[in-house]
Amino acid sequence: MIEVKNLTKYYGDKLAVNDISFTVNDGEILGFLGSNGAGKSTTMNMITGYISSTSGSILVNGIDVLDEPIKAKAQIGYLPELPPLYMDMTVKSYLNFMYDLKKCKLPRKTHLSSICDLCKITDVKNRVIKHLSKGYKQRVGLAQALIGNPPVLILDEPTVGLDPNQIIEIKNLIKNLGRNHTVILSSHILSEIQAVCDRIIIIDKGRVAADDTTFNLSKKISDDHRLVVRIEGSKDEVMYELRKIDGIKYVRAEIEREPGVFEYEMEAMDGTDLRREVNAVTQKNGWAILLMQSKELTLEDIFFKITMGEVFSEKLSKPSEKKNNGGNE
Amino acid sequence: MGAIFRREISSFFTSSIAYVFLAVFYALSGYFFYGTTIYNGITDMSGMFSNMFMVIVILIPILTMKSFSEEKKQKTEQGLLTAPVSLGGIVLGKYFATVVMYIMGISIVFVYGLILSCFGEVQWNSVFANYIALLLLGSAFIAAGILVSSLTENQVVSAVGSFIVIMLLYLIDAAASFINIDFISNILRSLSFYTRYYEFTCGLFNLSSVIFYISAAVIFNFLTIRIFEKRRWS
Repeated sequence: MIEVKNLTKYYGDKLAVNDISFTVNDGEILGFLGSNGAGKSTTMNMITGYISSTSGSILVNGIDVLDEPIKAKAQIGYLPELPPLYMDMTVKSYLNFMYDLKKCKLPRKTHLSSICDLCKITDVKNRVIKHLSKGYKQRVGLAQALIGNPPVLILDEPTVGLDPNQIIEIKNLIKNLGRNHTVILSSHILSEIQAVCDRIIIIDKGRVAADDTTFNLSKKISDDHRLVVRIEGSKDEVMYELRKIDGIKYVRAEIEREPGVFEYEMEAMDGTDLRREVNAVTQKNGWAILLMQSKELTLEDIFFKITMGEVFSEKLSKPSEKKNNGGNE
Repeated sequence: MGAIFRREISSFFTSSIAYVFLAVFYALSGYFFYGTTIYNGITDMSGMFSNMFMVIVILIPILTMKSFSEEKKQKTEQGLLTAPVSLGGIVLGKYFATVVMYIMGISIVFVYGLILSCFGEVQWNSVFANYIALLLLGSAFIAAGILVSSLTENQVVSAVGSFIVIMLLYLIDAAASFINIDFISNILRSLSFYTRYYEFTCGLFNLSSVIFYISAAVIFNFLTIRIFEKRRWS
């Protein structure tokens, strides 16, 4: 269990983390979502005891990171943003080094080989780390974090540099680890966090912008009805007909994707589903729909929705209550 | 501490710093051994030992330059500082690895002693005392070099910085002779790294000098630990 209370960090005059509080329960996978420079890595660095906090307290399984750093660090496996790899070592000797460094008591050979299998680095075991590709380096970094089977795992952007197949593998791996570990992972990709985490904390400009279960948050975010449609037909006529649909907020014609086919972006009033109406309009006029998809929200949209939206506004003003809401669900 | 010590030793050899250091050290000490002892046809090696002072002033920065600065640059210190090891363990692991590397270099004097023993009687007591002096002096300088390397992430800055610091420690005597106030110049003289070393090469084994060098090493290592400690708190 990780308890973070009123954590604040100044870098000189710059406020990097502003009064963050949250709790991660045992066996929970928590996702940190935020744009670059939002304070995700800083928060993680403070939890792992790499840097100090300006104020606030961090308890890892009841152990204060500042008072008893060695005991607290023994609870944590950490994969920093840049994996701490010694480039001139082989994977095997590096993992052996980390095994010794962490004073691991588990049987060396079986433990290390099971970690290598888990992270799929067995085939590069004897290679020098500087010759590995970024994806392999990332996985060696993850393997290093797993040594000693620590109860808490903190993974800073674990999927960076991996190809799509590897991302799926790592996601599954983290999901499996989440069954008997407490995991915090960060990302700036929403879908990635949605797929893995039980709970999401959105960090924006050093503050907690939202803290809720993935289910609740996804529902709130996907309430948005923004559609992207490609319709074959005269642009002006299509626009005219689409605008007549009830409950539509706006229609915007984007570029011509194929000859005679334009892409339109539209947004509906809250709680309205436009898809059937759009279909009916095009059928009536004999236009063909070549593509229809709901528009993916960018991180900025999500921040905007969450920071500006009414749903979270009261939570924002009472950060202490927000934590409880998130924890009970 | 053990893990860091072992990794550090092997990294000296994989990064080839060990070979450069040992080769230069053996070459220079060999030159002075020839120039002061063999050439004069004597078995007294103190001439070589007194020349070794400048050699280690130049060579120790090479040994310590990448100690912490490389870790900082490659972000590997993040792995060390988030591992369940004490800061003292990290610093001392690196320190003793460097000292062992240094011992590999200076132990060559025993080979020179053996060579001399083929031609005449060698005063092993004095060789041993000189060796201890060289070891203690180097241990203090290494601690200073590691302190400098923990302050920067650039190896060149680290090397030049430690060279300057070690030079300043060497020049304490010169400063003392320029100051006319007896009180201050006496203090400076008693802090001299060179005079104490010179005493050893003259055949004086002074216990207070032994304690002086060891305290200097302890103080520099302590300061290095404080630098990491400070980062954790501030």
